[in-house]
Amino acid sequence: MSASGSQASVEPRDERPALGETGNDPLVLLELIQRLKVRDVMTSDLVTLPRAASMQQAQELMRQKKISGVPVEENGRFFGLVSIDDIIRALVAGTIHESCGRHMTTKLVVLEDDMPLSFALRYFDRYHYGRFPVLNRDRRLVGIICQRDINRALLVELTRELHRLENDSVRQGGDGVASSLYLLREFPICKYDFENAGKAANQIKQVLQEKKFPPKVIRRIAVAAYELEINLCVHSDGGVLSWQVSNGRAEVIARDAGPGIEDVEWACRDGTSTANEWIRSLGFGAGMGLVNVRRVSDEFEITSKKGSGTTVKSVIYLEGMPS
Amino acid sequence: MTLDAVVTACNWEPVLVPDPMAEVSGAYVSDLLSDVMAHCPDGAVLITVQNHTNSVAVCTLVGAPAIVIVHNRDIPEDMQAAAVREGIALLRTPDDQFHAALMIGKALGSGEGES
Repeated sequence: MSASGSQASVEPRDERPALGETGNDPLVLLELIQRLKVRDVMTSDLVTLPRAASMQQAQELMRQKKISGVPVEENGRFFGLVSIDDIIRALVAGTIHESCGRHMTTKLVVLEDDMPLSFALRYFDRYHYGRFPVLNRDRRLVGIICQRDINRALLVELTRELHRLENDSVRQGGDGVASSLYLLREFPICKYDFENAGKAANQIKQVLQEKKFPPKVIRRIAVAAYELEINLCVHSDGGVLSWQVSNGRAEVIARDAGPGIEDVEWACRDGTSTANEWIRSLGFGAGMGLVNVRRVSDEFEITSKKGSGTTVKSVIYLEGMPS
Repeated sequence: MTLDAVVTACNWEPVLVPDPMAEVSGAYVSDLLSDVMAHCPDGAVLITVQNHTNSVAVCTLVGAPAIVIVHNRDIPEDMQAAAVREGIALLRTPDDQFHAALMIGKALGSGEGES
């Protein structure tokens, strides 16, 4: 029996060429599906059994490893697969002590490791199996693929692609920085978590400093982010602060799921606040937060409804007014 | 004027001074952190009673190199740790905000210890 585990072999591979034509193309996912091969996605660290192993051993192995099928192979030669269905049949028929070689499924649909991922997706759609064994050109078993492997691989690849776009932006930094840059970050903010309040704004500041934005612009973006971060911390039941830089503008958005603001106009007035004494003793809750955000913003929007959430959006132009 | 020279001229307790040569161009007195963010100039030291980590975060954002804690208030460990991380100096004085501001105003106005 070979080694265990059902970890997907989808670590980021830097030697793989970047998606040359993707840029901001929304079809990036389709291109990934075409570009990735089954071997990039499959689990290659396989749990297998020889034909002589009993069905009970297969059952125990599936239970231990929390997997739903065990390939039967010897020295790389693939013979079949023991699935949960096979185990149930063996239990019903009283053949659980007999060999896998006798009771495994042998009529199988298999994939080849150099097939594109799109091929595997079509197979999942067509056959509705939970997994497919993967063979190489020499017809030797090299892996197994299930839909979870595909999801994981696509997430990893999309993250790589995002990093690549960001790195490209860094390389383009210096001239016309803002128009070509694309950054996106999200920070969950918990209610009353003052210890961590400010971390998002600080990180935004650091990233923009690295990319050599003018200090005055950085300060405005950081102030908007910090005030919105504190607002989430003080007034909401928790939410998310996100910011992005693209197309010559920075957007800082605070979203929460409650409790909402009854009178938005009142809340935006200088000096008005619902903060309690404890919050005020920390130097917050003076009713200046939203006023500050509006002051540093080129565009400012707030939408809220009592009993539901609030969204505040601050837009700051990076190189004068956008065209 | 360097931070080191300001600390000496004002006789403030240097609780933590990561960069003694940091340039100080003024001071801002406030206990409201939103007010600090709105109006504190780059290079000014913040004179405040707010002895917690959020003051450090705000100073980092506005480019204030130091915080002067008035009334000899305690400086908690987490605030010191944040200041080390962010490279912000922490100073302390038994004076109130008004007198602390007078001291640094005098020091900067006279150019004493100017580098």
